[in-house]
Amino acid sequence: MLDEPWTLSPSVALRPEPFGALAYHFGNRKLSFLKRPELVAVVRGLGDAPDVRSALVAAGVPDAQHDAYAAALEGLAATDMIRPRTEVPA
Amino acid sequence: MTLAPERPLTVTPARPERPVGGALVDQFELGLDAPICLTWELTYACNLECAHCLSSSGRRDPDELTTEQCEAVIDELQRMQVFYVNIGGGEPTIRPDFWHLLEYAVAHDVGVKFSTNGVRITPERARFLASTDYVDVQISLDGATAEVNDYVRGPGSYDTAITALQNLQDAGFVDAKISVVCTRENIGQLDEFKALADSFDATLRLTRMRPSGRGADVWDELHPLPHQQRELYDWLVANGENVLTGDSFFHLAAFGEPLPGLNLCGAGRVVCLIDPVGDVYACPFAIHDQFHAGNLLRDGGFDNVWKTSPLFTELRSPQTGGACTKCSHFDACRGGCMAAKFFTGLPLDGPDPECVKGYGETALAGERTIPAQSQDHSKSNPTRNQPVMLQLLTRRPDGSSDGSGVPVSACAESPLAGFSPTDPTGDPLAAASPSGGCGCSAGGAH
Repeated sequence: MLDEPWTLSPSVALRPEPFGALAYHFGNRKLSFLKRPELVAVVRGLGDAPDVRSALVAAGVPDAQHDAYAAALEGLAATDMIRPRTEVPA
Repeated sequence: MTLAPERPLTVTPARPERPVGGALVDQFELGLDAPICLTWELTYACNLECAHCLSSSGRRDPDELTTEQCEAVIDELQRMQVFYVNIGGGEPTIRPDFWHLLEYAVAHDVGVKFSTNGVRITPERARFLASTDYVDVQISLDGATAEVNDYVRGPGSYDTAITALQNLQDAGFVDAKISVVCTRENIGQLDEFKALADSFDATLRLTRMRPSGRGADVWDELHPLPHQQRELYDWLVANGENVLTGDSFFHLAAFGEPLPGLNLCGAGRVVCLIDPVGDVYACPFAIHDQFHAGNLLRDGGFDNVWKTSPLFTELRSPQTGGACTKCSHFDACRGGCMAAKFFTGLPLDGPDPECVKGYGETALAGERTIPAQSQDHSKSNPTRNQPVMLQLLTRRPDGSSDGSGVPVSACAESPLAGFSPTDPTGDPLAAASPSGGCGCSAGGAH
């Protein structure tokens, strides 16, 4: 995943909360909680980054935590909060 | 008139530091910037007169929010990013602008799940609903058979609900919900409810019976017995993955493993209620002055009430568990449901009346005062839709609820029973009506 381009799903909205953010998917009506501000920054930055690793770096996530963040992102992918990006960003 | 027990005041000098990361429950206890689960009762008017109605609905309130005011509420919910709202009543679909408000909400990124008894879910409306996104329909049914359902919801209400479910299925509406309040009468029907839901490709939703609204009048007769609580818990553990519960059974967690969902009272933290006149309460089961946070017309809008009401600030501060903290199961149930305690006259920092360890029964046997209702929109005159059980049971005039003795209507003893010259609702109809608490309006043949 770390070397792939990903993006926030188009039907997902992020609501800032004191602990991070709440993600709501208008299509499948799933609710997810992003429990760290860094994770919110990563998720927001995915679409503009060439790959997931770059988004992690841009959000200031230390290399040692990349795997843990990748696991969290896999969890979000399971409910289509984020999805692989197929097209090249304009 | 009885005095309600005071909420225990926990004085906190400053808002506690919020931990980073950690358990979500710890974050939820401190509250969110906007609710996750917002219930909006659109009207107190209802075609039915269910014996256990949480909101004591029946008559439309003359001060009900107008269409324009409702639209302004939706605009504000959109700004606050409240992504969906649970609409109820009363019977929301009998508001003439209901379908308009539904479309307005969806168009403003506020998804709608509405609860209905099915009365207006015609084939045409079912086709409309099937064509929309972001709309969930929840049909209320409190018995898997007409006999059990109509006993509490009134004659014909089972057929109405089944017809609505059939219309939705025929129209191709995907995944309707069947919403059941679990009672002593229907706990034995859980498998039948599941089969019924499956037959309509619907999802079963089970919720806890609360002693709120008219539910206080019939709670002693209808709330599940201790062995039924166990039956329910075991059934949920076995079938819980495909059944919704609105996280309403967290008091059962002390039986063993926690049930799926949020095992926490969300009142004022992640949950709240907007009533038909714009009053904001801590939760849908707590329509009472004690849990009134403000009014969105008078107090600067919903966002302001949510963020600044003293009641909500207090609910988001660390709570004292009181007597329950000594219990080894406190971490599992966290003292149970605030509304269930309040409306049975138990202290809020003590055990839940349905505490699975039996502490609730001990507390119920002690001295307590059932709080008087602070609003009642029950119909003043009996109608053909009234459940039969109400002819047998009324609110006891002395406020006691030990279940012993013959129920007597207060009206039998005083023509002014229930009349209060300082009616807190400020509703002249409610104050002058003998239905203000004695239950004789529902009792019928006096």
